[in-house]
Amino acid sequence: MSTATDTIHHDEHDDHHHHIPKGIKRWLFTTNHKDIGSLYLWFSFIMFLTGGAMAMVIRAELFQPGLQIVDPNFFNQMTTVHGLIMVFGAVMPAFTGLANWLIPMMIGAPDMALPRMNNWSFWILPFAFLILLSSLFLEGGGPAFGWTFYAPLSTTYSSDSTALFVFSVHIMGISSIMGAINVIVTIWNMRAPGMTWMKMPMFVWTWLITAFLLIAVMPVLAGVVTMVLTDKYFGTSFFNAAGGGDPVMFQHIFWFFGHPEVYIMILPAFGIISHIIPTFARKPLFGYASMVYATASIALLSFIVWAHHMFTTGMPVAAEMFFMFATMLISVPTGVKVFNWVATMWRGSMTFEIPMLFAIAFVVLFTIGGLSGLMLAITPVDFQYHDTYFVVAHFHYVLVTGAVFSIMAAAYYWLPKWTGVMYDNTLAKWHFWASLVSVNVLFFPMHFVGLAGMPRRIPDYALQFADFNKWISIGGFAFGLSQLIFLALLIKACRKQGEPASDQVWDGAEGLEWEIPSPAPYHTFETPPVIK
Amino acid sequence: MMNQSTSNNPNTKLVTKLVVIVFGMFTFGFALVPLYDVFCDITGINGKTNETAVVYEATDIDRSRLVTIDFITKTTTGMPWAFEAKTKQIQVHPGELNQVEFYVRNPAFRDIVGQAIPSVSPGTAALYLNKTECFCFNNQPLLAGAEATMPMQFYVDPQIPEDVTYFTVQYTLYDVSAAAQKVAEAQAEASE
Repeated sequence: MSTATDTIHHDEHDDHHHHIPKGIKRWLFTTNHKDIGSLYLWFSFIMFLTGGAMAMVIRAELFQPGLQIVDPNFFNQMTTVHGLIMVFGAVMPAFTGLANWLIPMMIGAPDMALPRMNNWSFWILPFAFLILLSSLFLEGGGPAFGWTFYAPLSTTYSSDSTALFVFSVHIMGISSIMGAINVIVTIWNMRAPGMTWMKMPMFVWTWLITAFLLIAVMPVLAGVVTMVLTDKYFGTSFFNAAGGGDPVMFQHIFWFFGHPEVYIMILPAFGIISHIIPTFARKPLFGYASMVYATASIALLSFIVWAHHMFTTGMPVAAEMFFMFATMLISVPTGVKVFNWVATMWRGSMTFEIPMLFAIAFVVLFTIGGLSGLMLAITPVDFQYHDTYFVVAHFHYVLVTGAVFSIMAAAYYWLPKWTGVMYDNTLAKWHFWASLVSVNVLFFPMHFVGLAGMPRRIPDYALQFADFNKWISIGGFAFGLSQLIFLALLIKACRKQGEPASDQVWDGAEGLEWEIPSPAPYHTFETPPVIK
Repeated sequence: MMNQSTSNNPNTKLVTKLVVIVFGMFTFGFALVPLYDVFCDITGINGKTNETAVVYEATDIDRSRLVTIDFITKTTTGMPWAFEAKTKQIQVHPGELNQVEFYVRNPAFRDIVGQAIPSVSPGTAALYLNKTECFCFNNQPLLAGAEATMPMQFYVDPQIPEDVTYFTVQYTLYDVSAAAQKVAEAQAEASE
């Protein structure tokens, strides 16, 4: 089929087959994994800034006690859409973008296995977010029930635009599922000869496991939003007690999706860090096999811990004990990973280039987030922490200084390979240090106000929280502004302004992607390399 | 040259399997609804009680112990009825048949259909509360300004564990006028 079309083109236009099409059509119709990877990454960065702007609105309102800038309903829309955009628009597409760019180059494949589906899974995403964002401008406002859309907030008490929220989540889900299927098929069928399972790079392993989590739980999310849709518009009673339903059941189904979802957002990060630390410690990764098994154990355990989000719903004590211990069990494989990263650095010839700085920051700060997670897992104390800023501090440490820092580390690490030029090191240093300091000013005091009892998702607060909130907001604005440095750096690198990068880029780097020229040619590994 | 036929393409086979998993998990999401109900029915952990009347069989009345039951009431947002338990607390012997009454008044200028939903706390006690007659089994229509007394008959299963000596039954009242109207219209259409 494609051969026939190509022949016709050759006859009519004397087309240069190997040249990249120019203009908007190149991006609209592209099936090239590198183009689609770039599209995903830029899209995710735009969403990161959009969701970040909403966080700025939240922090501006919380700068002082009292209501001053936005009305509470709009504040709730901001917290809701900030969460949805950061989860589904920033972190997940960024990882899919990295998967597109890197997996074929890492396993020695010419492209993703299903290139046309790849194009589609990207191009439906902007429409999903257009629908979601447009709902903010409708009468009654957009979704204001929190990104977790608990019933009956999302059914009985939600605005008329809830259908738009539901459909946008459906489209995001379809996009993620298609992306995940593509990753699995690529890794399963297209590894270069000699690349056995236990020779696969860690990023490929973590993404393979993530992709299985995605196809297991994204359909459950699709199911639960459909139930919300029919409850709200078609008179069903899945979550309506008056009709025989149960609102607590919403939380069970949602978190059956939601807990594996948090590992979807962190497992690829583990993979990235497992590439960067060995490179700059100039030692092979300590305990490769245990890393693989730890990743798989985390993924399996993620299915049996969902109710730790629901300790205060009135579960029997036996169930609370089960979910508490199962949750704590996850810290064992996670601890193995942190141990292995530290052991990789032990007595290595370490240098501290920007990707390494982000990776080390990841290890330290993600571990802080992990420890507050362990505190939250303890059922009796969770009754105090539940729905306070302590929870907000916890998941921002694992998602911002965890997932987002790993994505930035990955961007710095592979950017010279993608663009062919080294990034501007001065800007990069400013970006790293400004982000590191401001992110801790932003999120660390949240632990204190949370323990003191400040509830989350509230536009106003008691006077005793005023000083900490002022600092949190200042940290927030500084962290937001720091990302503009990153934007400037990325634009500079994409315009190829900078020192030319060598093929190897980093002297300790290992893997197939470093054996091809920088910048990576449009088509790579058309004949598969042989892995010894 | 790529000359593989579609059926032999390893990608097609794998994609088919993965798509089956996706649809399987979508179905599983909905299957969780009946599974949840069955699970809660068996364990009683969500505090739901029997939704249709049980027949009281003169079982052995355990006169050796007493169980204390609180009755509390609540109306949801938008439900204007006054609703209260005439008996706030009762002490019963497991096995004996008891009756309590609830008072409702519709202060609104419109007719309203109400639906009461019971919930037992701690949830595990729900398994042992058997209602032989309850206003919660049906919709309760009340004309504008009208008032009524609604009975509820029950017995506590003598199998109730020794350590459960005290539980609370909460009735939450919902305004289901809109839904009841739809049902009535549908029935009227069907009979025509």
